[in-house]
Amino acid sequence: MAFDSYTENTLRYFPERCVNCGKCSSVCPHAVFAAGDERALLSRWESCMECGACMKNCPVQAIEVESGVGCAQAMIHAALTGGEETCGCCGEEEGGSDGACCSGWE
Amino acid sequence: MNETGDKTNDTQPCCCSCSSAPQSSCDCGAEEEILSPPVIRDTGGSLTWADRFDHGAARWGYRRMHHRVPPGLYRLGSPSPDAPVFASANYTLSFDALRSSLAGTDCFILVLDTKGINVWCAAGKGTFGTDELVRRIAVTRLGEVVRHRTVIVPQLGAPGIAAHEVLKRSGFRVQYGPVRASDLPAYLATGVATPPMRRIGFPLRDRIVLIPVELVQALPLTLLAAVLLGVFIDGLAALRVIAAVGAGTVLFPALLPVLPTKDFTTKGLFLGVLAMLPFAATDLSAPAAGIAPYLQAAAGLLLFPAVTAYLALNFTGCTPYTSRSGVRREIFRYTRVLAGMALGGIALAAILGITLVVNG
Ligand code: SF4
Ligand code: SF4
Repeated sequence: MAFDSYTENTLRYFPERCVNCGKCSSVCPHAVFAAGDERALLSRWESCMECGACMKNCPVQAIEVESGVGCAQAMIHAALTGGEETCGCCGEEEGGSDGACCSGWE
Repeated sequence: MNETGDKTNDTQPCCCSCSSAPQSSCDCGAEEEILSPPVIRDTGGSLTWADRFDHGAARWGYRRMHHRVPPGLYRLGSPSPDAPVFASANYTLSFDALRSSLAGTDCFILVLDTKGINVWCAAGKGTFGTDELVRRIAVTRLGEVVRHRTVIVPQLGAPGIAAHEVLKRSGFRVQYGPVRASDLPAYLATGVATPPMRRIGFPLRDRIVLIPVELVQALPLTLLAAVLLGVFIDGLAALRVIAAVGAGTVLFPALLPVLPTKDFTTKGLFLGVLAMLPFAATDLSAPAAGIAPYLQAAAGLLLFPAVTAYLALNFTGCTPYTSRSGVRREIFRYTRVLAGMALGGIALAAILGITLVVNG
């Protein structure tokens, strides 16, 4: 679709490694993984926001994703300064862009 | 102070929590925290006016880094050694959402040191993470306080926590609770988080609460631009910049799902053009002769929607669904377009200024 930059992401799933522990389907806030009978099912790949929760909690490294903050301010800041991709909103008192996006979240 | 325990708005005794220095290089030392017997602070499930005031201040970005709760173990009600343990962040909004949702439940709350950041953002950065959870379990001697070996962690903390590693290193099993604290009573009653409790949405209410901080952030530059435009051009120009920023910071979050296209930048462009149409109509209906009205309208329609679109692009950081790959692609696709529009608008305005001077 035109004007849709969100059709692809870096999430890769290696079902042959899966031990069906069920962690990925319970941590994913977008139901990208669904519980299956023998292994987890990658059912909504395109909805992945690359938060990394599934990869972090998979005990057998069956999931790979380049996780990071999906924050334009952080990326523009990194691009301009050649520095790290962090946003100042999240506690870096120095450095990082001066975003405040986190303040409203519980 | 009150039943929330002593909140460290100003009186943080330990330097660790207020600097981003690694714990090891900190003078007061992590060891000091291994206290015997374990300290358990009391808290309650009801929110006071002081709490609500603090939440308001936090949401408006006022003293952003000062809405903290001391990390450690808290007692809610009169929990037995078999009572559940909930992990939280040391941001007042996170902690208070948890304890108010748990009102009436006897339990423990384990507050991790996330440097005053909410669970979701801190998990992304790793401060709400495996190391801190394991460390906090050890420091509070949780194993001596409770008989069971389970910690209920908010699902949005999962990007920072590797449940299997926590088990290996601390003996505690991580159980992921629902996304929203308000679903905890239902979760506790049944012991399972239903699929809707596991999904994150971005409803109007959640978007609206993000507006104040967006506004506050954009305010200084906007006022400056408005004053400059007001002094050197006219009041209408000042109004244009206020409308463009208002569209990007207030209308955009509110209207996000109904704006056309998927990309935030194009959504923002659409909204920005809409916001500028009344101004363009005013320009064209002006009695001035020649091309001046057209130039003015075109300049406005190029420059200001680019501002709105830029603010819209920045809002990606606030949503719980935009992927880094997607945002990067948006930046790659549109920043040059936006810069071109802004420069084009400024160039047209300059031409307009010159023609006006030349024509007297
Ligand atoms: S990275 Fe996050 S959004 Fe993507 S599949 Fe894993 S848990 Fe779901
Ligand atoms: S977390 Fe890993 S092992 Fe467990 S179900 Fe998912 S892919 Fe399979």
